[in-house]
Amino acid sequence: MLNARDILETITMIQDEHLDVRTITMGISLLDCCHSDIDVMCGKVYDKITRYAKDLVRTGEQIEKELGIPIINKRISVTPAAMILASCEDKDAVKLAKTLDRAAVTCGVNFLGGFSALVQKGFGPGDRELIEAIPEALSVTERICSSVNIGSTKTGINMDAVALMGKVVRKSAELTADRDCIGPAKLVVFCNAPEDNPFMAGAFHGAGEPDCVINVGVSGPGVVRAALAKAGDCDLTAVADLIKKTAFKITRMGQLVASEASRRLGVPFGIVDLSLAPTPAIGDSVAHILEEMGLECCGCHGTTAALALLNDAVKKGGVMASSHVGGLSGAFIPVTEDAGMIDAARCGCLTLNKLEAMTAVCSVGLDMINIPGDTPAEVISAIIADEAAIGMVNSKTTAVRVIPAIGKQVGEELSFGGLLGSGPVMPLSTYSPAKFINRGGRIPAPMQSLKN
Amino acid sequence: MRAVITVIGKDMVGILAKVSAECSNHNINVLEVTQSILQDMFAMIMMVDITKSDIPFTEFSDMLQKAGNEMGLSIHAMHEDIFNAMHTI
Repeated sequence: MLNARDILETITMIQDEHLDVRTITMGISLLDCCHSDIDVMCGKVYDKITRYAKDLVRTGEQIEKELGIPIINKRISVTPAAMILASCEDKDAVKLAKTLDRAAVTCGVNFLGGFSALVQKGFGPGDRELIEAIPEALSVTERICSSVNIGSTKTGINMDAVALMGKVVRKSAELTADRDCIGPAKLVVFCNAPEDNPFMAGAFHGAGEPDCVINVGVSGPGVVRAALAKAGDCDLTAVADLIKKTAFKITRMGQLVASEASRRLGVPFGIVDLSLAPTPAIGDSVAHILEEMGLECCGCHGTTAALALLNDAVKKGGVMASSHVGGLSGAFIPVTEDAGMIDAARCGCLTLNKLEAMTAVCSVGLDMINIPGDTPAEVISAIIADEAAIGMVNSKTTAVRVIPAIGKQVGEELSFGGLLGSGPVMPLSTYSPAKFINRGGRIPAPMQSLKN
Repeated sequence: MRAVITVIGKDMVGILAKVSAECSNHNINVLEVTQSILQDMFAMIMMVDITKSDIPFTEFSDMLQKAGNEMGLSIHAMHEDIFNAMHTI
């Protein structure tokens, strides 16, 4: 039987501590839209997406009202576009991006992910065309998110793709320089990309997924922080326990929303992504959880250990609360999307080197970091290579989403608005890795890949 | 189907009457009521049966919220499932 304390706790979490379901993401396979004529294919793509997702936003809003839980985003992920582009004679990837954007507008979703290519071992048909079109596609569309997987534990790292992606990230920023360089904020470079991730900008619908599926991403850094604040001076065993209990409750809510959405839309339930995803709103910050644990400022020594504890406890608490767990699952550390990280970066306590160490124990990688506008493409490629190496060796997902702030220098700021937030330009090492990057080739898969 | 109505705000005359009247207008049966004072604030929790309600639950929830705003109270009607999911294994 429900008791009053439990009921009021839920209400407080939602009202005062920003508890919400961050996203319901419908994954749609586009493999059956392949056609040698790009116009015919685009027509099929538009029809399929708008047919499958026509009720997504309305159903999400209905569940939100009935259960009383805010569901912030309703989104769509599709088969990596390079796979279907491969079937066309004229591989006009920008045309496909515009079609996807139009479908997103029709369905009323704020982002559609899957303008993607998986090139961890090499470039297949359509891959290079798609990757080279990313800068233009991101500048002429509003709602399209792009991702490229350039490495994995099983395959090693495709350094030709890494070299190419440095140029693509830079060019995306240049083409959107008049809009605070928003292009690369919608572009993620992955190692070990998950095929069922509901979070943008890295969501895509993997080739092994069913025709259509509902994935849900939960969130609640504010709730975890408030619980820690109430607990006072306990030891770290108690801190871990408390985070587990809180993560359990948050995830149960996500599971309920996921199964409701799946039932009402008549689409199978895929996974719940157990995540602490921050927003720039005050009280919704992962950095503030680390500070609540006892760090003076996020980024100081001890941050990696605190984050490791948090990330692990979130998974342990969440895994029992959901029937299927997947996606990225863990704590996100996107700098410009987290009020505490923004402050820590501004005051100089949080540096890129510390963030890189943190990515070895968090759920993703170097996320939403503004870098100087004059950063050469080779340096961006080297950042990607470092991050991919951490992911490859540790059998975890890592990613890079950095934004070259064209025309700006360290200390100046970029502001994207909305959930993407704003933040200062952070300094990088100015020594050149150009020769290493330009060697190309592949970094062989590590010993960890030989598990059979 | 059951729902939980929570009312939080400054104590005043007629809160219970107002909320119960809204329920009765729409054929919603009140099953249980608890009241307490929480940090100087009035908190009432009502368990109601919405099976025979004559309007969709979302409309009823909007109506209560509006009534709450007029009285300076925060009123939420939420489906029972959310609390069961979060607080029971």
